[in-house]
Amino acid sequence: MASTSIMDTLFQRNLDDLIKGFRQHQVKESVFIAKALEEIRREIKSTDLHTKSAALHKLSYLNSLHGIDMSFASFHAIEVMSSPQFLHKKIGYHAVTQSFHEDTPVMLLITNQLRKDLNSHNQYEVSLALECLARIGNIDLCRDLTPEVFTLLSSSKAFVKKKAVAVVLRVFEKYPDAVRVCFKRLVENLESSDPFIVSAVIGVFCELSLKDPRSYLPLAPEFYKILVDSKNNWLLIKVLKIFTKLAQLEPRLAKRVVEPICEHMRRTGAKSLLFECIRTVVSSLSEYESAVKLAVAKVREFLVDDDPNLKYLGLQALSTIAPKHLWAVLENKDFVVKSLSDGDFNIKLESLRLLMAMVSENNAIEITRVLVNYALKSDPEFCNEILGSILSTCSRNLYEVIVDFDWFASLLGEMARIPHCQKGEEIENQLIDIGMRVKDVRPELVSVSRDLLIDPALLGNPFLHRILSAAAWLSGEYVEFSRNPFELMEALLQPRTTLLPPSIRAVYVQSAFKVLIFCIHSYLISRGNGASSSCPENLSSGIAGTISVRKFPESSGLATLESPAHYEEDEEFDPRDITQPFEDLSIENGRDATFSIGQASTSASLPKNIFTQESIVNLLNLVELALGPLSVNHDVEIQERAGNVLGLIDLIKHEVLNPIVQGEEILAREETVASSVVKLMYDAFSKELGPVSSSAQARVPVPEGLMLNEDLADLEMVCGDVQSPLSSSFSLDSAQYGEILGVSPSNIQSKDESEPSNESTSLLAEHRKRHGLYYLSSEKTETVSNDYPPANDPMSQDKLNDDADDLVKFTEQSLAPKKKPNHAKPRPVVLKLDGDEISIAAKKPELMGDLLSGAVRDVLLGNEAVPASSLTNQSDKPSSRRKGKEKNIDLPLESENIGGEEMAGQGNTSSRRSKHHRSHGKERRHKGSEKNVEGKEDNVQKEKKKSNHSHHSHKARQKADEPLNVVTQTAVVPDFLL
Amino acid sequence: MIRSVMVMNTQGKPRLAKFYDFQPVEKQQELIRSVFGALCSRAENVSNFIEADLIFGPDTRLVYKHYATLYFVFIFDSSENELAMLDLIQVFVETLDKCFKNVCELDIIYNYSKVVYSCHNLGVKLSYVGACEL
Repeated sequence: MASTSIMDTLFQRNLDDLIKGFRQHQVKESVFIAKALEEIRREIKSTDLHTKSAALHKLSYLNSLHGIDMSFASFHAIEVMSSPQFLHKKIGYHAVTQSFHEDTPVMLLITNQLRKDLNSHNQYEVSLALECLARIGNIDLCRDLTPEVFTLLSSSKAFVKKKAVAVVLRVFEKYPDAVRVCFKRLVENLESSDPFIVSAVIGVFCELSLKDPRSYLPLAPEFYKILVDSKNNWLLIKVLKIFTKLAQLEPRLAKRVVEPICEHMRRTGAKSLLFECIRTVVSSLSEYESAVKLAVAKVREFLVDDDPNLKYLGLQALSTIAPKHLWAVLENKDFVVKSLSDGDFNIKLESLRLLMAMVSENNAIEITRVLVNYALKSDPEFCNEILGSILSTCSRNLYEVIVDFDWFASLLGEMARIPHCQKGEEIENQLIDIGMRVKDVRPELVSVSRDLLIDPALLGNPFLHRILSAAAWLSGEYVEFSRNPFELMEALLQPRTTLLPPSIRAVYVQSAFKVLIFCIHSYLISRGNGASSSCPENLSSGIAGTISVRKFPESSGLATLESPAHYEEDEEFDPRDITQPFEDLSIENGRDATFSIGQASTSASLPKNIFTQESIVNLLNLVELALGPLSVNHDVEIQERAGNVLGLIDLIKHEVLNPIVQGEEILAREETVASSVVKLMYDAFSKELGPVSSSAQARVPVPEGLMLNEDLADLEMVCGDVQSPLSSSFSLDSAQYGEILGVSPSNIQSKDESEPSNESTSLLAEHRKRHGLYYLSSEKTETVSNDYPPANDPMSQDKLNDDADDLVKFTEQSLAPKKKPNHAKPRPVVLKLDGDEISIAAKKPELMGDLLSGAVRDVLLGNEAVPASSLTNQSDKPSSRRKGKEKNIDLPLESENIGGEEMAGQGNTSSRRSKHHRSHGKERRHKGSEKNVEGKEDNVQKEKKKSNHSHHSHKARQKADEPLNVVTQTAVVPDFLL
Repeated sequence: MIRSVMVMNTQGKPRLAKFYDFQPVEKQQELIRSVFGALCSRAENVSNFIEADLIFGPDTRLVYKHYATLYFVFIFDSSENELAMLDLIQVFVETLDKCFKNVCELDIIYNYSKVVYSCHNLGVKLSYVGACEL
């Protein structure tokens, strides 16, 4: 610092001094910066440009590396920028480029400086200005400087020209109208002899075509030429990127480029180019078997390479192709599995994705087994990646790969116990989801939940709390499947539950409530049964009902009785199994389903006699003891729920239990308040909760006499495609649903609503009206399918799968031909809802967003595509645009154009395009010149343009030489190539 | 296109930071920090790519190379080839090496302007373009 103090007074410190100072004073960096900044603030106000620029230089350094705000210096930067000295100018431009953004207030002030420098004779000044424009150009700048950029596009200096080409990208992005002016010249530069310029143009097109490839289809011949002729890898990579986009749009183009690309693949020694070829093939040319084979062979070379980068990219390429050519992955299966234990996280992740892509119905169990074991050993981060991908793969398309849901339920339980598991939320969702969707899995779910709940160690892990909440809910909701409700109750009320967050504790309390109700109700029934001989009037009617239900289905529905009988192998659980068919059947029959389940299951567990007087009293005491303190809990939810339970216990203790102690005879009058409350609660709880579709509202039957359809008809016109209500088929559906709704909400099934809702509502309605019968009948089969048909039965399989499912299944089947195993168990029914289709339909809005992606596209379309519109059969937007533009054109100009065109004797579309370019260019320039009031310049440009025009017509003729003479561009694009 | 070029040392101190789309300074510092966070957790001899979606938004990738005490980092999107970018880093470092004869971190610190300039010209040499306009 000793030397700097002299410097301070005598000389200004320049950037190098500043940096050196930094190195000496590393200890107090912030102090040093503050001091330097103070100095800079003083110096930057100097009138001496040298001092000013040095200060600015230092400031931009501090800004770039030390995050010092330099917006205060924007005006000074402009001053330095306008210095006649190149050194200062450079510093000024650098500062401006670095610190300005679209909303910088002084932005307006640099327009003229930029224009001056763009017109400079010094090519380095021009390039400074171009670079600046490329970085900070906003709409105003781009608009005002378009003429200059246009001029520079045909500059004689290659150094300037290639930069001008690159700037065009920014100008187009910010000011789409510039396309009309510059596009033609840009395309012309593709023919340049200078490889740098060509590569610059291709670079621009590569960027542009990423956003909207369709507009550039007409340029395919030029790109193709480069693909075949060029030796420059960099250029080839960019062209390949463009073709990746274009080939997806135009199959004939794909056919044309596939051979040259394969040729490159065989020949090239550059890994980057090779990889780009592979990527193009796997993402856009996957229909061409030979190309894919070659690409996969090359990928294998990558995989066995020592370089982890190549390995990683090879795996990535594989996962791109996996959906279409699964064999490519299967071929490399060993390698994929091996890379799972690679040291590189990227590679591990990629191979995990590939493994997941291989999962199908018949190998899901093995693969997940391997992965779960692997997750146990691996580090937390990767462990969770594994768990996450298992979860998402298994739940894909409504658990389509899962056949054995009991296994899946226990898998979820096992995953919850993996020490690093942080996927609580996802596991919670899936536990509850399968609980609601798959009836057959409920007993297993309850036993999994019990295991989770009963383990006090799990309560200490906050990541598991969500899972525990699901387990608690499940065991409360499906308590009738529990082997030992008392044990469950103890688990739910164990002391360590204080570790849970309040919201989950509330779930625990509520589940305890359900279990309690279930126990007491069972007890009452069993007692009623015991006493039924003495008092037939009271409860025997209920039991008689049960018995009649039991008898009736046994005779008529034997087939259905048998299928669910597999579900429990456990011997002591046998009686329960028989209760299940009752449940289903009775729901079907529209009886008081819940009551009969209760009856049946209780009578089933009667032999065990677990619901004794004593056990119930113990239970009540236990609950009272555990929940007592909670009635003053701070959390309202817990407090309220606990209060409810305690209130009920009070009631029961008074009215139900005491009479027994007093004597049996009182039992005869025992339709007390308490037991009826218990029964009521029990009925309420055993009403099944079903998953509710997001469009369930539409299913609510319309009350008679409510003329909704007519009234809402106008509304429909307004809302249009927002959603597709069932409109005309509504009444058909609702009749059906009305019946079902009366039974149980879970029966609402809707597999027929898979049509994408984006279609015009009226069309859809029309369709439904016509095929109303079809919809109705399919609805009926849905209802029947509740009977757990064997999954292998092709007929019912068909009905179960909706369109989307079908598609996926089909592709998968065709990929793995040796599928179709003989499953030991039939796949249980998985409930599906309208809402499930959302993920598929949701893809459409993205396209809409694409449309928004900018005026760029609009203008490009309007411009280029006068041809493109016929090519793509797009909406009439482009053509209407075009009309509008033509109107704008002055009449004389128009005729001049036509004259020129006739002289050139061109009749094909490309010349039409050029005409429009030209005329728009002119129009544009007129506007521009009006604004800029630089008549001279305008004249120069006009002249240039004329010469340019002749050049272009030459080129257009070249094009015309090739076999095309068609009006529609559809034929034009490939015709260049074929 | 290339979104950003960074050179930082193994302690996370930036030695060069260029952002080709405007970022406010605070954001710049934050990005540098998060890039460093992603880099320093990686072992030696692993692949040089990182998916940078979380740091720089969707569809961005990051390629880096580790030389002695320095990380060279390029951030780019899907219009660039990963391996080509890796080569580009190599070219950049070779250029610096030529400029300084055995480049080391100190050279880069003391000759900031030169480095910036060579970074500037790098693109020109390779005829690389994009809106980044190196």
